[in-house]
Amino acid sequence: MRNPFEGPKLFSPSFVDALRAYAPELLELRTAGGTVPEVPHGTTVAALRFADGVAMGGDRRATEGMNIAQRDIEKVFPADDFSAVAIAGAAGPAIEMVRLFQTELEHYEKIEGSPLSLEGKANKLGQMVRGNLPLAMQGLVVVPLFCGYDTRRQAGRIFRYDVTGGRWEDADFHATGSGGKDARGSLKKRWRGGMDGSSAVEVLVEALYDAADEDAATGGPDLVRGIFPVVATVTAEGYRRVPDDDLRKAAERLVAARAQGEG
Amino acid sequence: MSVPFYVPPEQLTKEKAEFARKGIARGRPLIVLEYTGGILFVAENPSTHLHKVAELYDRIAFCAVGRFSEFENLRQAGVRLADIRGYAYGREDVTSRSIANAYSQTLGQIFVQEFKPYEVELCVAEVGVDGAPNAMYHVVFDGNVFDRKGFLAMGGQSDELNAELQRAYDENLELDAALQLAMRVLPRVAPAGETGNSRLEVAVLERDRPRRSFRRLSQEDVESRAGEPAT
Repeated sequence: MRNPFEGPKLFSPSFVDALRAYAPELLELRTAGGTVPEVPHGTTVAALRFADGVAMGGDRRATEGMNIAQRDIEKVFPADDFSAVAIAGAAGPAIEMVRLFQTELEHYEKIEGSPLSLEGKANKLGQMVRGNLPLAMQGLVVVPLFCGYDTRRQAGRIFRYDVTGGRWEDADFHATGSGGKDARGSLKKRWRGGMDGSSAVEVLVEALYDAADEDAATGGPDLVRGIFPVVATVTAEGYRRVPDDDLRKAAERLVAARAQGEG
Repeated sequence: MSVPFYVPPEQLTKEKAEFARKGIARGRPLIVLEYTGGILFVAENPSTHLHKVAELYDRIAFCAVGRFSEFENLRQAGVRLADIRGYAYGREDVTSRSIANAYSQTLGQIFVQEFKPYEVELCVAEVGVDGAPNAMYHVVFDGNVFDRKGFLAMGGQSDELNAELQRAYDENLELDAALQLAMRVLPRVAPAGETGNSRLEVAVLERDRPRRSFRRLSQEDVESRAGEPAT
């Protein structure tokens, strides 16, 4: 690690650039030949827009091949006060990417005195995904989902990525990961324009339930252990994690409705 | 090749210090005050965008007086140091002591080696949590560091300000009372030819604020807390 006080002089507000200048060893991505052994993978994450902003959620399962690696992993994180990021794919590099992304946003805000635009944040994340391409080629794929409240447009926005760092905006909702397709199918039927925050949370819980119903790698609500999906909303008031108690109620209602043969 | 004149180090140091002191005294003053819920920063600053007080890390803030270009440079290096440390190790491993030490080393080196010393004085403050005391490191132009307690004034007529604060300061001040004290003291020692009615830049490190404890106070907030227009 070099001393930032001694130079080289840096004009960039980017934390990644600061690391490249002063601590490049922290950015190093060493790839070796051969195949990567089984590592934990995060599975299904989803996001949708509602009247006041966006809601984002993820199931709690991490799998290692055919095994369950973890039952209570978290895949949804605050990126900063007005945005959230969820990850699917190889859990190790994904969580490291989230940490780098969080520091990047905070660093920019401190150096410049004002935060990046939501568009700027989304692009920055795309660059980080692209930076992971060498690892992705070895099987350690990381595909995030990003959403936030655009304080300039006064609306929630959702961005999805592919493994090359390609970035697309989704107007209404999106889901990714192994159960992403099933969650999208559920969201397609249940999503309504202009719905309120509590319905958004219910729809999201249901989409993750449907994904767990079809996809072995996605975990459903675990009423025995009291493990529920992580759900957060981002509105003009900022990032807010939905309390476990609310999620328990939503999950219980859903399970009861399904037992009655509804939905 | 010309041989430079020999100048005794005592004289060189004295003249450099004199030069730096004069430069710093020309600027507008800044006050740091510990209050019951954290640390308050009040600076006379006509600009709304060129800040003298800024966030370094979760519980740590930076404030400086003197030449903007010089302390802005130091501020950015401090943010980089803090963020790299926090990323490489953990958020709790970033301390005001190590950052103040980096400032001290840098200013000391510049003072000795460069032709012109930096005309800046700065303070690295950290709000203590879980019963730990606050820390206030006052770093001056030649790299000397002073550990301050309670209050600190820098820039302008800082000696008079510190004397005034010494008389009026009380460690049980609430935020509003601390702000009122700073606002009462600051205009009394305005630089000659100025009315002392410059805009105030006000920020706090709030102990009870989770994670990032730095917050700027808006002009309206300052006015309502002070009970008078903060012109």
